Amino acid sequence: MQALVIAAHGSHLNPDASDPTYAHADTIRETGAFDEVREAFWKEEPHFREVIRTLESDEVFVVPLFISEGYFTEEVIPRELRFEDWDPDKWESDGTSASQATVEAEDVGKTIHYCGPVGTHDAMTDVIVQRAETATEDPDVGEGFGLSVVGHGTDRNENSAKAIEYHSDRIAERDRFDEVKALFMDEEPEVDDVTDYFESEDIVVVPLFIADGYHTQEDIPEDMGLTEDYRLGWDVPADVDGHRVWYTGAVGTEDLMADVVLERAADAGADIGDAREAVRELAASVADPEPSAGAGAGD
Amino acid sequence: MTVATDDLETLLDRAASGIAFDGLCIEESDDGYSLETPANEWTGLDEDELRRALDAADEYVTNWRYWQERVGGEGTARRAFLRWCERAPLADAESDDATTGPWSESGEGDANAGQDSLAVPERYDALRDGIDREWGQLSVTARFVDVEDPDGERVYDLWHVDDADSDIAELEVYDDPRDARELATYDDDGRYRPLKTAPTLPAGWAFTGLSGADLVETVEFFYPATVANWHRELRGNLDVDHWLETAERQTGIYDVIDELPREAVEWMAEACCVDSQCLRRREWQYEEGDELDADGGDGPFPCREPCSLVVAAARKWTTLESETEHTYELELTTSELNQLEELIDAVADGRTDEIREADVYDGANRYRARYLRAKRFDDDGNLGARQVDE
Repeated sequence: MQALVIAAHGSHLNPDASDPTYAHADTIRETGAFDEVREAFWKEEPHFREVIRTLESDEVFVVPLFISEGYFTEEVIPRELRFEDWDPDKWESDGTSASQATVEAEDVGKTIHYCGPVGTHDAMTDVIVQRAETATEDPDVGEGFGLSVVGHGTDRNENSAKAIEYHSDRIAERDRFDEVKALFMDEEPEVDDVTDYFESEDIVVVPLFIADGYHTQEDIPEDMGLTEDYRLGWDVPADVDGHRVWYTGAVGTEDLMADVVLERAADAGADIGDAREAVRELAASVADPEPSAGAGAGD
Repeated sequence: MTVATDDLETLLDRAASGIAFDGLCIEESDDGYSLETPANEWTGLDEDELRRALDAADEYVTNWRYWQERVGGEGTARRAFLRWCERAPLADAESDDATTGPWSESGEGDANAGQDSLAVPERYDALRDGIDREWGQLSVTARFVDVEDPDGERVYDLWHVDDADSDIAELEVYDDPRDARELATYDDDGRYRPLKTAPTLPAGWAFTGLSGADLVETVEFFYPATVANWHRELRGNLDVDHWLETAERQTGIYDVIDELPREAVEWMAEACCVDSQCLRRREWQYEEGDELDADGGDGPFPCREPCSLVVAAARKWTTLESETEHTYELELTTSELNQLEELIDAVADGRTDEIREADVYDGANRYRARYLRAKRFDDDGNLGARQVDE
């Protein structure tokens, strides 16, 4: 038997923080690729500390639903899951290249494959592009458009910015968008000045965050000048300094994220059969209709 | 005849290597088969005689089939929980090993302990009407699918304990375990429930006819990891992490919480971990051998370490407890002093919503509080207490 654990942050205050985790877990449950699928959280239940013991499977794949390698993925999750002799070096990562490490947990006799975070997986690049498609409601969006990948950025963890830049570079290499630029909330270049960095009239802005919350639904829309007050909502696109800015919400809510989770587990040796195809088909079928955020923020 | 032919064939297949389960004992030897139940014993049977004898012991046979063939999962928490649901003897209940909880108390006849388990005939009688158990605010009923002619197949119903007497037609009926997640997210006032085991689960819903696996999954969505930790306790290997161990393990913004004074940990447990706030039974103490006085509760499932809410709150209290105490002077009437106590009590007991609009006899009434503020607060919104020490 094999089990999948999706490890996410969760929230004591915001009930919506865990929605993407549940949604992606449910998508993967539907594929039947794993005998057991569990959500686990730092701030909700089941807590990281107690999730592994709820599983009957001997082989467990843990995929952190986090954007970058850093404090949570290198320190908190391994400690709370009680990995024996954990050392981030086991990932042999340059900051964005962690794939998996095989470890044992002290409280259960199980083999655990601890995967790198979803945010740094190559497949994440596709999710960002898909978010650009859903935000603009145009499956061929690219020509005439600038794309900005926005991250938190922080002085404490250089890997946070690395993940954003990694995907920006990969999208730029595809030559699909006229311009691609990584921007940040807490460091230069800042998202506040988004229109200064683009010549294209249309700019689609994709925040590389796992869940919608304060940053993606309050801070960033106000900082970019999409709205005076996030509670009033904003137009998609919104007119800012002669540009049209297309902004919806956290990329982590995109349906295709379930595919990234699956790929992480498959890279670590999980037998997932044709689950990826099923998830990609599902994501493509729901990508067509309408973008999921923007309007919601003002409701 | 209630024993299906398939069941008999499966049973005969297994009989060669011996069967001993829930009072049913079958062995094969050179003299033929022997069959034993608590009520009867047959020896030296050939295969046809064994078939006839098994027909006479049909309850034991269908019971064996349900547990061994259908539920399976020997040694799992899932199986133990389903056994507990119908008061079946718990193979794992080594009360000698249990160091915490009801399992460690011998011969008390505790509702949760293994001592009052039912043998197969009694259980079969009870399963016709349904056997009810409580798990926090959940009421679980185990019953036969076919009451008239039970074939051993069980299903499970689940609803809120407050709905035990409700007409099922008045409840919202669900059948997907994942629906429990949504039901557990908000309380009756629509407020977010970050603590799943808070005694604020709303009523008005029902899951009916669940399979055993779906029942456990549903219970685990309502109360995550409670079945696993209950099972560990049952087997005597609940790994309790006391306050100090948990606090010292923290890093980042929670690194400071091991500085929270011993007496503050006591107040914290009294504030957060009693039954009125959380239905888990607190088994963690200040540290091994240093117990906290606060009541840990007596629910079926244990709390094995301070949860993330306690850790987060402890950070705030660590900051607050680092402040120095002062002596203040302020003017109050005796009734006003009493009113301050009433106000704190009302908030601490979550009673403010219940205080009637015009009940000015209650010190925590909104008009009473507004009056006190109008009278005693200065223009800056302060109580105007003067610090009198240095």
